[in-house]
Amino acid sequence: MPILPLHYMFLSLTLFCIGIMGVLIRRNAIIIFMCVELMLNAVNLLMVAFSKMYVDAGAQVFVFFIMVVAAAEVAVGLAVIVMMYRKVHSVDVNILNRLKH
Amino acid sequence: MKAIIAATILGIVMMFAGLQMKNKSSVVTLAIVLAFLLLGVNIWDLVATPATAPVGYFNNMLRIDRYALWFSTLMTGVTVLYTLLVGKEIQKVGVHVAEYFALIFFILCGVYILSCYNNMLMLFLGIEILSIPQYILAGSDKKNLKSSEASLKYFLMGAFSTGILLMGITLLYGATGSFNIVAYSFLQSDALNPLALGGVIFVMIALGFKVSAAPMHMWTPDVYDGSPTPFTAYMATVVKASAFFAFIRLFQVSFGSISSQWTVVLSVITAATLLIGNLTAVFQQSVKRMLSYSSIAQAGFMLFAVLAVNAVAWQGIIIYAVAYSIATIGIFTVLMKLKDYTYDGFNGLAKKEPLLAFVTTIFLFSLAGIPLTGGFMAKYYVIQAVMVQNQFLWLVIFGLLMAAISVYYYFRVIIAMYFKEGNAELHAPVTQGEKVLLVITCGLVILIGIFPQLLLSWI
Repeated sequence: MPILPLHYMFLSLTLFCIGIMGVLIRRNAIIIFMCVELMLNAVNLLMVAFSKMYVDAGAQVFVFFIMVVAAAEVAVGLAVIVMMYRKVHSVDVNILNRLKH
Repeated sequence: MKAIIAATILGIVMMFAGLQMKNKSSVVTLAIVLAFLLLGVNIWDLVATPATAPVGYFNNMLRIDRYALWFSTLMTGVTVLYTLLVGKEIQKVGVHVAEYFALIFFILCGVYILSCYNNMLMLFLGIEILSIPQYILAGSDKKNLKSSEASLKYFLMGAFSTGILLMGITLLYGATGSFNIVAYSFLQSDALNPLALGGVIFVMIALGFKVSAAPMHMWTPDVYDGSPTPFTAYMATVVKASAFFAFIRLFQVSFGSISSQWTVVLSVITAATLLIGNLTAVFQQSVKRMLSYSSIAQAGFMLFAVLAVNAVAWQGIIIYAVAYSIATIGIFTVLMKLKDYTYDGFNGLAKKEPLLAFVTTIFLFSLAGIPLTGGFMAKYYVIQAVMVQNQFLWLVIFGLLMAAISVYYYFRVIIAMYFKEGNAELHAPVTQGEKVLLVITCGLVILIGIFPQLLLSWI
């Protein structure tokens, strides 16, 4: 069976949905963060599949940009999570309710 | 284009200044000088670019037209005002003062990219350059747990919305085979691809996150409340306004031809934003938190401009962005002087500092949309844009009703200042220079209210 762009689309949409569900359900900041990365990588996969479909290298360059920006976000995000961990010795987002009045 | 390069270089200069200068107040002075320099570069750009033909850069990935240049200049002007008014307070946030200003210059770089992008890649980069410094600024008060918490929340929500934005961009690419936003205008409503429609909805949700539109607004009050107040003032104004400019640019230039497909969804989002923002603001006890809900409510009015696909909407968004930004920065400046952020903290301010109370009143009038202030003209233009469209009359009526509700919670502050007994405690006596600056800000608010055409003269 030939693999069509449609198959890639189903695969990456499934991965994307797993990522969204993870962000919404899991309460550990690190795991939420990993789920966000999963969403970004699902997008990367779909981007490359479309790039192949249109025979256009532009989308593959876009993928590199996504990787670079995701790396920059990881640098900031992990620093924020570590800063939080130093204060409350936990990365559970459920205890982050001090701002709720 | 010169402004984008200048903002980056000035940000780096600011970071090196942090190594060299140990005196905090000289760092602030340097930042103010550099902000003026950046404004000068923007004006140079504006004068040097021919008025008729837009200029394309980087294989037309950036397309600098009159609106983009003028919007960048105005936002830089607001930033200059912000550094003048708030610079002193930023010193008190933490030890790395130079870095905070450097991050603000990097945010401005994102603002410039967002005002002139012509390619989805640049939209994505602009949004990220705008957002990542904000995650750091939100957490800059490292000793305060609320600040770290705000930073973590903002980061997780921001990264999540980035994922959604990218999915939208990819689906649009799948439908059209191009990242160029002008190419999307070929999308025809009669033969609309489900991929394209999905992409439009995903992008709308992601940009809704950035501008805190209603179902996606949950992070806003917590983040704005937890962040150090000087940075909340920046997030709620310049950043939000430029996210709106990006929103309107994409949805008018590229999705304007299929507007019948998405305006229904966006009108529901607008109504929900107005309702939730205004009703929740009524029940707040802290003025800082009330202002964060009010920024959601004001976002509802700015969404009117996105909803109306016509030229008046562009003028409306520019006037709204400036009028709202100036008034909000002014009110936050007054708030930072007070020790107590609740309504009771304002009790008796009029007796103690009559001038401070007077300018606060003008800023609140502007936010509520009382005539002769900038906020009135801003609301007038965005509502007129929707009226010209002649489609969403129910939304206009609903918006006016909500504006009436907003008068209640804005005027509560005025009542506390003028009619309640109390002793409003200030951190330090207000200096003569600060008073002059506040009066100038107040004058700008009234000037926009009387001559809104001034803001449109360069387009």
